[in-house]
Amino acid sequence: MAEVLRMQDIVKIYSNGFMANKDVNLVVNEGEIHALVGENGAGKTTLMKILFGMEDFQGGRVLLDGADANISSPLDAIAKGIGMVHQHFMQVPSLTVAENVTLGIEPGRGMAFDKKEAIAITQEISDKYQLKVNANEKIADLGVGLRQKVEILKALVRKCRILILDEPTAVLTPQETQELFVQLKALKKGGIAIIFISHKLEEVMELCDRVTVLRAGRTVGTDVIENLNPAKISRMMVGRDVILEIEKELAKPTDLVLEIDALQYKNAENVMMVDGVSFGIRRGEIVGIAGVEGNGQNQVAELISGMLQISSGDIRICGKSVRGKNVREIRKMGMAYISEDRMVYGCAANLPIRENIMADRIHSKEYRKFGFLIDTKKINQDIDKLIEDFEVSCDDRTQPVRMLSGGNIQKVIVAREFSSGAHLILANQPTRGIDVGTTEMIRKTLVKKSREEGVAVLLVSSDLNEVLEVSDRLLVMKDGKIVAHFKDASTVSEELLGEYMLGVKTMTPEEMGELV
Amino acid sequence: MLDTVAKFLFAVIRVSTPLIFGAVAACVTRKAGLLNLAIESMMLASALTGVLVSGATQSLMLGMLAGFCAAIAITLIISYSSFVLKCDLYLVSIAMNTALVGGTVFVMYLCTKQKANTAGAIASLYVGNLDIPLIKDIPFLGQIISGHNVLTYLSFVMVALVWYLLYKTKIGLRIRSVGENPQAAESVGISPTKIYFLSFGMSGFIAALGGMYMSMGYLTWFARDMIAGRGMISMSAMNIASGEPIQATLAAMVFGAADALSNYMQLGSFPSELISMFPYICTIVILVLMAVARTLKATVERNKV
Repeated sequence: MAEVLRMQDIVKIYSNGFMANKDVNLVVNEGEIHALVGENGAGKTTLMKILFGMEDFQGGRVLLDGADANISSPLDAIAKGIGMVHQHFMQVPSLTVAENVTLGIEPGRGMAFDKKEAIAITQEISDKYQLKVNANEKIADLGVGLRQKVEILKALVRKCRILILDEPTAVLTPQETQELFVQLKALKKGGIAIIFISHKLEEVMELCDRVTVLRAGRTVGTDVIENLNPAKISRMMVGRDVILEIEKELAKPTDLVLEIDALQYKNAENVMMVDGVSFGIRRGEIVGIAGVEGNGQNQVAELISGMLQISSGDIRICGKSVRGKNVREIRKMGMAYISEDRMVYGCAANLPIRENIMADRIHSKEYRKFGFLIDTKKINQDIDKLIEDFEVSCDDRTQPVRMLSGGNIQKVIVAREFSSGAHLILANQPTRGIDVGTTEMIRKTLVKKSREEGVAVLLVSSDLNEVLEVSDRLLVMKDGKIVAHFKDASTVSEELLGEYMLGVKTMTPEEMGELV
Repeated sequence: MLDTVAKFLFAVIRVSTPLIFGAVAACVTRKAGLLNLAIESMMLASALTGVLVSGATQSLMLGMLAGFCAAIAITLIISYSSFVLKCDLYLVSIAMNTALVGGTVFVMYLCTKQKANTAGAIASLYVGNLDIPLIKDIPFLGQIISGHNVLTYLSFVMVALVWYLLYKTKIGLRIRSVGENPQAAESVGISPTKIYFLSFGMSGFIAALGGMYMSMGYLTWFARDMIAGRGMISMSAMNIASGEPIQATLAAMVFGAADALSNYMQLGSFPSELISMFPYICTIVILVLMAVARTLKATVERNKV
């Protein structure tokens, strides 16, 4: 089989200094399905964006058919025979399938759009590759599975030879997934090279010919599927790199702070994202939730904080239900929340540090003068103290948050959340994409909060190192359910955790025991 | 009685003409995903320019050409500042509307030393009326649809042209795709910025016809503030029809009827100010009703699931 694509020693450093790819190598042959696997943040998406001309890169080469490709833009990539099926479909819902497929390369004489010809082209390519769609239907009337086929057709009609599928099965039902696999195998027979990004190992085993594993921006290895099994791949994916040891005394949990009872959440597309989750957290303990991203952990945190509405079940903080309460009311009940999305929910980028920290406490009587004026002097004193305590490096308290580095922005956010006097701290991906120093500070403070002040902490993180080091107890979520519970996180190995996260193993309710 | 009805309907078509031009002009940008708030100023500019240039050159052709140029110049200023320099489109459009209310009077004063209108100061040209052979002899119907200004007939042709453009041409497909999902369009090599420029340009061209109808057809001179909110009413008509040119035309004619009615009412003792509120009240009522209908429909569909 001829080699069609070679990505050699690719180095990608983002403008904020984050190194997403370090000497990554990927070789894809004609007519093979090549799996690209790795945890979130391992650099898979970055690598594919480079290949598709959406990102530039600092080192290495991209070769197509053995020659330097110089892909400058997605359009250029399409012209060079690379097609990409994005996770978010690039479609116009009110137009028909045929119109979407031929958009940009419309058939017809002069100005006129030849609808019949567009339908014929779509039908022809759909018959050729057995991707059955009705060319005349509107995209808005189609289900996700069919819309994905349209996306593949769009690539095929532009004569792609390398097809990138970014987690294509994430949105599909099991039946649709099986259908997709049949079609992908047919495409493979037609000589098309397919790059299949996934972290569902059973799918990789079933569908792919070769596997390349990335971890923390590096290539761990490439091998043919015959030499691999799920346990092997999972070990390659989750092996630990840097170990930040955190010293902590044994937890002495006391009263229940957070109780979650048969919690369910359906999203706008009616997909059950959280499906019957129940657990509790006591004063003085840290409970971690591990899981591959998109398995409902984020939703659990957002449901507790009031950012999402509970579909059924209940969440109680110190015995009081959060149902029907807004975020501010829940915060008053003693909740503090470090959001996963720093720039959207964590801070107001254009406002100064002072305003960002004051946001949750400006209503407090503490900061009033004569009952109705704001006590600026006290605010400034307190803010300066927090800036010092949390070592925020900035010009002064009036500097807009957007001028700070990612780590310092997160410091401002944790300064606010850790100083709000909460009984319950939700830390949702608190150290994602930030420097080692800040990461260590945040982890240590979480431990200190629970040990010295008896705060209950819920830590949601896709960084295995973090959940293993910081948590006392550890839960694993998959497909919206809790699939494992470890009473002592320090005894868990990352290999074992990986197997639960990726669904190689599941605990029975008896094995899990009581989740409080 | 029949004669009065025919005269009224004739008047409806007559006063609807600028609204129809404005409404289909608004449809073009709406389908590209943007509101053209500056139709008012495009109409005003072309109304004045058409009169001045046709008066000066004594050529209807040159006058109209200048009218088009004036409107398109405005669309270029708006497009450049908002799509290239990234100013806020709506603020720029509103500023343009406000500026041209005074600006047109200033230019008129420079050229004619008049501040109210150009009547008598400039012998400007105008587009004539057209009696349609055969149809004009049909009783009642002939009275209504024959004898209108050429531009009135052109407005209906324009509706069909815009419909064809949006739904039957490649460029129309691209306009609609950019309007709905610019990222999707961009991912297949369509530049949203180009489409925005183009749709605003076409919108300006059509709005110019509406403006010139006012000063070179409906009246034969330019008067200060002669567009008097017609651009805004056109936008409401487009909005009610959510950018569909044919429905927008019907909505424009409903507003035209209200306008014609208020002209008639001025003859009687009924307060005409109350009637002239009608198009605006109508817009609010229709928009509210449509929102209610949408909510109800969504509820019904959710309950089905």
